[in-house]
Amino acid sequence: MSAESGFVMRAVEVHKRFGRLHVLRGVSLDVKPRETVCIIGASGSGKTTFLRCINHLEKIDGGLIEVNGHPIGYRRRGEKLVEDRERSISRQRTEIGFVFQRFNLFPHKTALQNVIEAPVHVRGVAKNQAVADAEKLLTRVGLGDKKDAYPGKLSGGQQQRVAIARSLAMKPALMLFDEPTSALDPEVTGEVLDVMEELAHEGTTMIVVTHEMGFAKRAADRVVMMDEGVIIEEGPPEHFFESPTHERTKAFLSKIL
Amino acid sequence: MFIAVAVNWHLVWTRIVNPNGIFAHALWVTIYISIVAQILGIALGLLAALMRMSSFRPFRFISGLYVLLFRGTPVLVQIMIFYLMIPGRSLNLLLFHPPETIAAGILALGINEGAYMREIFRAGIDSIDRGQMEAAKSLGMRYGMAMRRIVLPQAARVIVPPLGNEFNNMMKTSSLVTIIGVYELFTDAQTFQSNTFSRDIAPFIAVAFWYLVLTSIWSFIQAMIERKLAVSEHGDEISLRERAVAIWTEGGGMVRSAWPWRARA
Ligand SMILES: Nc1ncnc2c1ncn2[C@@H]1O[C@H](COP(=O)(O)OP(=O)(O)OP(=O)(O)O)[C@@H](O)[C@H]1O
Ligand SMILES: [Mg+2]
Repeated sequence: MSAESGFVMRAVEVHKRFGRLHVLRGVSLDVKPRETVCIIGASGSGKTTFLRCINHLEKIDGGLIEVNGHPIGYRRRGEKLVEDRERSISRQRTEIGFVFQRFNLFPHKTALQNVIEAPVHVRGVAKNQAVADAEKLLTRVGLGDKKDAYPGKLSGGQQQRVAIARSLAMKPALMLFDEPTSALDPEVTGEVLDVMEELAHEGTTMIVVTHEMGFAKRAADRVVMMDEGVIIEEGPPEHFFESPTHERTKAFLSKIL
Repeated sequence: MFIAVAVNWHLVWTRIVNPNGIFAHALWVTIYISIVAQILGIALGLLAALMRMSSFRPFRFISGLYVLLFRGTPVLVQIMIFYLMIPGRSLNLLLFHPPETIAAGILALGINEGAYMREIFRAGIDSIDRGQMEAAKSLGMRYGMAMRRIVLPQAARVIVPPLGNEFNNMMKTSSLVTIIGVYELFTDAQTFQSNTFSRDIAPFIAVAFWYLVLTSIWSFIQAMIERKLAVSEHGDEISLRERAVAIWTEGGGMVRSAWPWRARA
């Protein structure tokens, strides 16, 4: 899959501006197959923006992001990179699952319909095949019995698990999670984190923005600290949490732990 | 001051219970013009709304100009202009070959309606959280599919009630095409009245009754559609009988649209 670079995701010196606000100031990060990377950092440091750049919900202003060896949102024409067509951007997005802070389930569709929507209408999978797959996925996230429920009738934790199943249904090469539990009541964050931990241990390649340090310790292969639009420190969780080197990391960890 | 009005109630009654063949045709023309013009208005309104939300500046400009021109001038004037612009022979329009007067009326009413429908579509689409489009896109949907399958079905609940009111207005406004010589309900009443050489208002009371029948039937259909939309989302059931009662007691769809920007020429 990641034949060319050996990385599922490769970000090189990514810059992003919102008008005058320079949000990403040269972010570089490589993610290997089967790796789980947790991104932490203070509010406003650019974590969400970075994730949104990876699946081109935001255009980048400089640098390069590759998924499976292909530049995202741009294609090579000779030496230059030119903006890609909508068709190919969409095709690349099928390889990248995105789990939002606020779930963003389709409220006019049942849990099952949410999950089969993209396989059927984007991938062109036969409906009965898609339904069978979706039922398995919903069972896997512990919601086999809720498949006919509308999102409005599900709790936040259940909705987020449906959202995870919906992304997994596309069999993406990379899963992105943007603070998937921070909109949830504390008593249901566990059920969502459990599902994600299982995915991590099964070898799903994922990037998780999270404030759940317990989850990062258990599930991450690598923890990355973002500060003011750059990555200032990274390492395996044991090192990262025990002996952070950067002052900002120490300050951040002491606040949050 | 008291104005004595001589109403020939017998005539009103005859025109209502015993309409002639010409009347039936006029009724059909009114319905036909209203439906086709409304469909045209819906299509143009959706197109203009999408253009208004486009990131391509010329699209936004065209959409803005369209609304400015067609909401800023009387529909009566627009009807006249379209009538004079259309060549004097029948057109090929949606499988039918309406005489040029009807075609001009439909075009004018439909294009005018599109300018109002744009705002309704925009309000509906705006009411849907941006996260819906983003979720659809992250699953690999393209803009068109995401609109069609995710955003518009949800926006429909917001769009359909004012759209229903628009159609209600359309059936009444369509009477304006009488000035370019289309023989529809109002023309029928006026012709009858001028043939009698009297100032009797009976033909107009009768025609008012027929408009009321049309708008009432529509209000009922509208209530059914809205109920279906409500049920399909969350199942908050309101019985049809309750809706029907509401139509008559509160004016239902027959009141002028409650949209503040909606002031018809
Ligand atoms: N669409 C936008 N337009 C303008 N500014 C934006 C936009 N999106 C984000 N920003 C700004 O970019 C900065 C980084 O935002 P971002 O959401 O990436 O931070 P974050 O690290 O995810 O923070 P949090 O922990 O609060 O989610 C913030 O200052 C934010 O206000
Ligand atoms: Mg964020």
